[in-house]
Order: sequence, then structure tokens, then C-alpha cells
Amino acid sequence: MSARVTFNSDRCKGCELCTTVCPKHIVTMDMNVINRKGYHPATVTDMDQCIGCASCAKICPDSIITVEKF
Amino acid sequence: MEKELWKGNEAIAEAAIRAGCDCFFGYPITPQSEVPEYMSAHLPKAGGVFVQSESELAAINMVYGAAGAGMRAMTSSSSPGVSLKQEGITYLAGAELPAVIINCMRGGPGLGTIQPAQGDYYQATRGGGNGDYRTVVLAPSNVQETVDFVQEAFDIADQYRNPVMVLCDGLIGQMMEPIEWHPVKKRALPPKDWAACGRKGRDHHNIITSIFIAAEECSDHNDHLTAKYAEMEKNEVRWEEVQCEDAEIVITAYGTPARIALTALDTLRAEGIKAGLFRPITLWPFPEKALHTLAEQDHVKAFVDVEMSTTGQMLDDVRLAVEGRKPIRYLGRAGGVMPTVEEMIDLVKSALKEVK
Amino acid sequence: MAVVYEKSKGLTDAELHYCPGCHHGIIHKLVAESLVELGLLDGAIGICPVGCSVFAYNYFSCDMLEASHGRAPAVATGIKRTHPDQAVFTYQGDGDLASIGAAEIVHAAMRGEKFTTIFVNNAIYGMTGGQMAPTTLIGQKATTCQSGRTVEQAGMPIRVAEMLSTLDGCVYAERVCVTDIANINKAKRAIKKAFEKQMNREGFTFVEVLSTCPTNWGMTPLKAVQWLKDNMIPYYPLGVIKDKGLEV
Repeated sequence: MSARVTFNSDRCKGCELCTTVCPKHIVTMDMNVINRKGYHPATVTDMDQCIGCASCAKICPDSIITVEKF
Repeated sequence: MEKELWKGNEAIAEAAIRAGCDCFFGYPITPQSEVPEYMSAHLPKAGGVFVQSESELAAINMVYGAAGAGMRAMTSSSSPGVSLKQEGITYLAGAELPAVIINCMRGGPGLGTIQPAQGDYYQATRGGGNGDYRTVVLAPSNVQETVDFVQEAFDIADQYRNPVMVLCDGLIGQMMEPIEWHPVKKRALPPKDWAACGRKGRDHHNIITSIFIAAEECSDHNDHLTAKYAEMEKNEVRWEEVQCEDAEIVITAYGTPARIALTALDTLRAEGIKAGLFRPITLWPFPEKALHTLAEQDHVKAFVDVEMSTTGQMLDDVRLAVEGRKPIRYLGRAGGVMPTVEEMIDLVKSALKEVK
Repeated sequence: MAVVYEKSKGLTDAELHYCPGCHHGIIHKLVAESLVELGLLDGAIGICPVGCSVFAYNYFSCDMLEASHGRAPAVATGIKRTHPDQAVFTYQGDGDLASIGAAEIVHAAMRGEKFTTIFVNNAIYGMTGGQMAPTTLIGQKATTCQSGRTVEQAGMPIRVAEMLSTLDGCVYAERVCVTDIANINKAKRAIKKAFEKQMNREGFTFVEVLSTCPTNWGMTPLKAVQWLKDNMIPYYPLGVIKDKGLEV
């Protein structure tokens, strides 16, 4: 069973709340990207480690995260 | 049709129930407390909702909620309480919500007195709250007109999605008069498909708001409202002329003073003095053109404006309509003291002397 | 493939205007998810306040009304009394509810109005730029108490959930926060419970949600979360303040 997190990156405000709740510590801010709002958006570094707990999505104030499980 | 004896305030409440008022929210204040009292006893029996609110502010905002959800909503108060309602009235106007507001005017400023007065004319016709808005203001001069206007007010409010005020005074509220419950003409009204009453399968959500944060949007909204007010000015102006056909002196008065003026006219006419009465029935829209036309008649020599207000509030509108074509004299009594028949007769006579 | 989590149907697709890290967005979706999960969304009517959440009507997908400052409980009263079978909620901040609207919320609770109030307490006026609120903590700096709130000047901050709990008409009051997943789950349970009690016609239901205001507190979102934990929770304790069903 694997999981996938997708970000609606254009809408990310870079608040970093999602990075504090990931049990696998795989959610980080993508310092190589600046989105149209001017923020470094959140991203997942190692998707293989994602367990699909949806913690990042639950805390995201802007509801830009979708979590799927396979 | 059989006549029944009704007290003004109770008749107001009964008229609202007969007009299909779904809910009433009010707060006690003399001289209108019989309206909430009657509503508390009779509206629930008719299937409606009565809530005694914690304040006039709360009452008008309960009206805002119920009206926004598509109900026929009403509140009533007297002058100091209507001051408190102004916030809600501007929000109703801004959000385009229909509602009926009764002001049973008493003396002011401040706490003033519980006796009848007409010092809230500016507040009612200029919009006592913030922003550019208008409310239709109906000014009955007896209990029969009051019950007719209250019933019609609900239709006017629904037709334009706008608050309507029935502006009477403590005298009309407190006195008993024989009235007929004749049928009041119903208007063809648009559906309330804008109401925030729950989606229930609707493909979009309805929003009731008065905020338009972008300047252009707010400007457009104001233009839209102004166009609506122009429609009201075109369709809703009402007034009455009594013996104006040959009048040399025309008394302008609304509500209770207009009623007193009728007695003065009888005496003046009996003495051979050609006096008439011009009575605005809608204070907004004001019958400006009709009064202007009257002022242009050669037989009209002067106007005498009579109000239960010392500063002369409707006087401003009379001046704007007369546009300096004829002299205007003013008789104002406030604080609960009413202008008398004798005072009116004396002023008409002295005005006539001046112009002849 | 199964979707584990996506944006709630109780929210529109509109982009939220809130500042980065502001908890309003989290609280919005807990309300929206609760309405959806309880099957109440289609009949729900919400009332938004004046303050940061003034535009909440753009975000909730149910019918919404925008009230004047502090009057949402009066507006909700007018709606709920005429629509007793539908879910009605107010969503209000601390300036709106605890200051200018203190009379309206107290009397709605006193009357036992059968609607739910979601009270977002971030201890400051956000929309107008960080002025002192009735909930601002002693010593907390704001633009109208630049050296920090003092008791002499402004008294002690108001604990609304406790105050409303003294009224018989208030059947449920809980204070929650959304700083982490455990607390978010608790907050959602509280909101759902409030709506359930509303639909059971038990009385007035109230959920106070402690929230950050990173912008006006002058902190990063993460530091604001820590500040909330260190400073707000000790003064505004979390938990069920009143649950009338459990009192017997």
C-alpha cells in the first residue's frame, strides 16, 4: 500500500504548518521554487515513505493538499 | 363593511398579521409597546414568530436575519429606539432586504418625552444610517390609513427588496378610532429566489451581504440602488390635496398636524378665506413635482408649513419643491405639544395679509 | 486508488484571503466537514461577522449572510426561529463576539437559541490591524496597547466560554485549538457535537477555538503556534466547559 500527496502549489502560502505534523518528516518547503504568490510552496521529498495519514492535509489552512492511497 | 373600534398600535400589529407578517422582533418603548404586546399574544396563534429582543439593535438584526432567509419580517419602536435601529436599516438597504419598520414618533432629542412629535422626519427620509440609501416612508394621518399602509408596506418592501417605514406618531399609536378591515390591494411580487434559506438542492449558494470591498463593485452596487430608488420615485409618490383648486394659502402638513389642519380649513373656509391643504403621504419619495406644480398656480399666494417639530424638517422639502416661487411661513411645535387649530388659523390669516 | 483527504464539499473553490498560517482556514474546513458528515450542509445557513472572517460567505458552500459587527447572534435568532429544522451557525471573532456583540451573544445564549456559534479567539483585532481585543492577554502588545495590555487600563481578558456556561440556555460549551492533529481532531468532534445538539433542539451550543494571528502578533506561523500554547492555553484552558447532557 502506497500513498500520494498532491499540492495545489499555486495556492500555497508557505506557512509551514504542514511540515510540523508529518510523522515521517517528509513534508518540506521547496526552496527551489517560488509560486505565483511569492512563497516557497510545500512539497514532499520522498513520496515512497508517505503513509497517507493526511495530517498535512488536515492542518493545511488553505485546503490545498489532497491525499490518495493505492 | 362593519366598523370596528381599534387602538392605533394594536391595529398596526393586527394589520401586519393580516398582511402575512411571518415574524416580529421588538423591544418595549412608550408609546408603541402595544405593538409587541399584541404581537406576542396573537402572532404565534397565526403561525408566526415573536421574539422580545434584548435591544432595538438586536431586534432590527433579527429582522435582517429573517428577511434575509425570505421571511416577511417587521419591527416597531419609537424615536430613541428607532435611532438605535439605524445601523440595521442601512444594512437592510445595502443588502437589499425587504422589511417593515414602524416608528411611532415621540418627542426628542434624547429621551425627550413620551408624547407625540415629528422630530424624526430627517432621520426617516434622509437615511439615519450611513451611506447612500433610501427607505420608502409612509405617513398615515389616522388609524384607518395606518392599517392600510402597514399591509401595503410589506408588498412595497418585497417588490423593491427594500426596507419600508411607516412613520406615525404617539397620537395615532395611542388613540382609538373606528376602522374597516377592507381588503388591501395585493401586488404581483417577484419570487424570493435570492433568499439565504438553505440550498435544498439549489446549484449555487445564496449570499446576503452589504459589503462590496472593491471600489468599482461598490460603485456599481450604489448605481444599482440609485436606479431602484428612481423607480420608487416614479411609482410610489403619494399625496393628498384638500381644497387646493382655488386656495390662496396652502397648508403643508403630514400625519397628525394634517388632520388638525382639516378642522382649521373648515373654519377658514366658513370665514371666506380660501385655504387648502397639501398633505404628503409618502415622505420619501416626497411629492415634489405635485407641490411644485401647485406653487406655480397663480391663485396660490403663500404656503404655511405645519409640523410637530420646531426646527422645520419637512420644511426643507417644501422649500425645495416650491423653489422660492411663493413665500413659506412655518408653524412648529415640538416636545409633545401639538400645533392648535387656532394657531394655524392665525398664521394663515397673517400670511394672507402679507401677500395681499 | 482512494482519496483519503481532499477539500471539503462544504467549502467552495474560492481561494482564502487569510494570511499565511492563520487558523481561520483550518477552522473553516472543520465546520464545513462537520456539516457534510452530519448531512446538514444542504439546509445549513451560516452567518459571518465583521472582522477577518467577513468574507467567509465566499468560502462556505451553504447559504450565508453577512451580519453587521457583533450582531450575528441576533441575525441567527431571526433565521433559526423561522427555520427551526435547519442547521444555523454563526462564525465570529473575538472583537465581534466578545466586544461589540457581547449583548447579542449573551442574550442568544440566555434564550437558549438553537443555533451553534463558532467563536474564533485570537486575542487581537486582526482585520483592522492588531488593536487590543477584550481577549488580549495581560502584557500582550497590540497597536492600542503598545507596551502591553494592563489590568489598570483594560481589566482582565474575558473568558467567553466560561461566562456563557453560567446561562441555563447554553447547553454546550467547549474550548479547543487546532495547533496539531490531536487538537484538530478534538476540535472537529466538538463542532460536530455542537451541531448534533443543535439539531436535537437542546439549546444554545458554543465552541471557542483558540487561533493564531501570526501577522498581528508579529511572528512566523510556527512561532505563533508555540506562543498560543505557551500563553493562551494557560489562561484559556482547553476542554468541555459545559455539557448539559452529562451533568445529571
